[in-house]
Amino acid sequence: MQLTKRAVNVDRSPMTLGEKIYLPAIAKGLKITMGHIFKKKATVSYPEQTRPFSPVFRGLHVLNRDEQGREKCTACGLCALACPAEAITMEAAERKKGEEHLYREEKYAARYEINMLRCIFCGYCEEACPKDAVYLSETIMPSNYSRDYFIYKKEDLLITEEQMKKRAATGKG
Amino acid sequence: MADNIKVTIDNITIDVAPGTTILEAARQIGGEVAPPTMCYYSKLKGSGGKCRTCLVEVSKGSEKDPRPMPKLVASCRTGVMDGMEVKSMTSDKVIDARKGVTEFLLLNHPLDCPVCDQAGECHLQDLSYENGSADTRFEFERRTFEPEDIGPNIQLHMNRCIMCFRCVFTADQLTNTREHGILDRGDHARISTCISKALDNEFIGNVIDVCPVGALTDKTFRFKNRVWFTKPVDAHRDCPTCSGKARLWMRGEEVFRVTARKDEWGEVEEWICNTCRFETKDAKDWVVEGPTKVNRHSVISQGHYAGKVGTAKQPVLIDKVIGKQPKLTFDIHSESEVNKPNIHLSQIEGPAHSDDFNTPG
Repeated sequence: MQLTKRAVNVDRSPMTLGEKIYLPAIAKGLKITMGHIFKKKATVSYPEQTRPFSPVFRGLHVLNRDEQGREKCTACGLCALACPAEAITMEAAERKKGEEHLYREEKYAARYEINMLRCIFCGYCEEACPKDAVYLSETIMPSNYSRDYFIYKKEDLLITEEQMKKRAATGKG
Repeated sequence: MADNIKVTIDNITIDVAPGTTILEAARQIGGEVAPPTMCYYSKLKGSGGKCRTCLVEVSKGSEKDPRPMPKLVASCRTGVMDGMEVKSMTSDKVIDARKGVTEFLLLNHPLDCPVCDQAGECHLQDLSYENGSADTRFEFERRTFEPEDIGPNIQLHMNRCIMCFRCVFTADQLTNTREHGILDRGDHARISTCISKALDNEFIGNVIDVCPVGALTDKTFRFKNRVWFTKPVDAHRDCPTCSGKARLWMRGEEVFRVTARKDEWGEVEEWICNTCRFETKDAKDWVVEGPTKVNRHSVISQGHYAGKVGTAKQPVLIDKVIGKQPKLTFDIHSESEVNKPNIHLSQIEGPAHSDDFNTPG
């Protein structure tokens, strides 16, 4: 049965003298090789050089803070609901008196975890978040030998004070 | 008893008993013909007529007087007449009015759904999803109230209240003593317990179920989990006070919340007592009848499978084939801090706090 019209029958006829001495074939092959030497290289020497990111690149998650450094996440669970890979889990707690400088709303995520082994970086969590708390950054997910490394806790995801300062200074990040 | 009378709602004719309201007739037809309700509650005497979400157009008054009614009427308070013709979802005027009413109800609503425990089973959410607009035209500060503690089991969020009075009727009619009512008037009106008296009545927990929004929520469930991550099952127990028929909201083997069973209109079928609701949170105390049927359009149905799923013959586990437990390369609980097997959030009284998570366990 023929599936496509591109099938070509193999020519089994005996080789001619020109084919038997192989030299034209070798020259033809070398021509291709030489041609590639002068072409632009397909690789870059990572990590000194990096490729430009697509503006919609989705990398490692970050949990955002507001201008006063308070956690924005209220553990509403919409990211976990939207997550097709069920990678996000959380446990919520009530803000106590005296914790107003830490958490923006009366409810916050006491624990928040993303299982990066499950995550497919689709960005639905970012889309679902009503508090602009979770973002996918331009950092590529690092690789590792052990699986426990890939359970990202809230402390791993929250943006740090250094990053906050950098953001205040440059307006970026 | 007089003969039944005919009423036509959205071109569907039905025979109903005289004295039935338009809303009850529409509910007998069912489906989308029934107007949404925020304050009316068929089991509470005197409820209805406040929220105006159930407005319908009466295009023909009755057989004897076929003139249409000049204005939209509240269907929960208007009785049917013989030969009456009503337009509910087929009338543009009604659709427009619902949109306006929804905007009014949301004027002072804080829209803190990400924090609110009612989210997912909130009637105001459903109403605004179906009839509301995405923006508000309100330019002023939203009205706010001082937070008030009304007892150990019930959490009052006055900012979310839409003044439907259902909880007041419940407190009035289910029990003999009234401990809870409306203070102040007009824009300042608020639900309160008068002199912040604790509500220690045996059936007062039902105000949580009748509340269409998140103004009255279960403090023992507060912030423990989202409604749609818990699985509802119908269960019963021998209760000396009430019928003991309740709905458990479970996660694994843990009972996170107990509520009364609600019908398709979101109304409680049988009231349950405080002991069942707040203090019986052990799966062993209950006889589980089976999973609750949840509307498949509801967020609560996500991830919950009913019907034939799970009843199929289970495949032979690898344990049987190799004659031993397979070696796990990675146990999630060794690393993850969420859902620790030895920590039971459902056992904590009231919402969890930072110290509940800091203690090693």
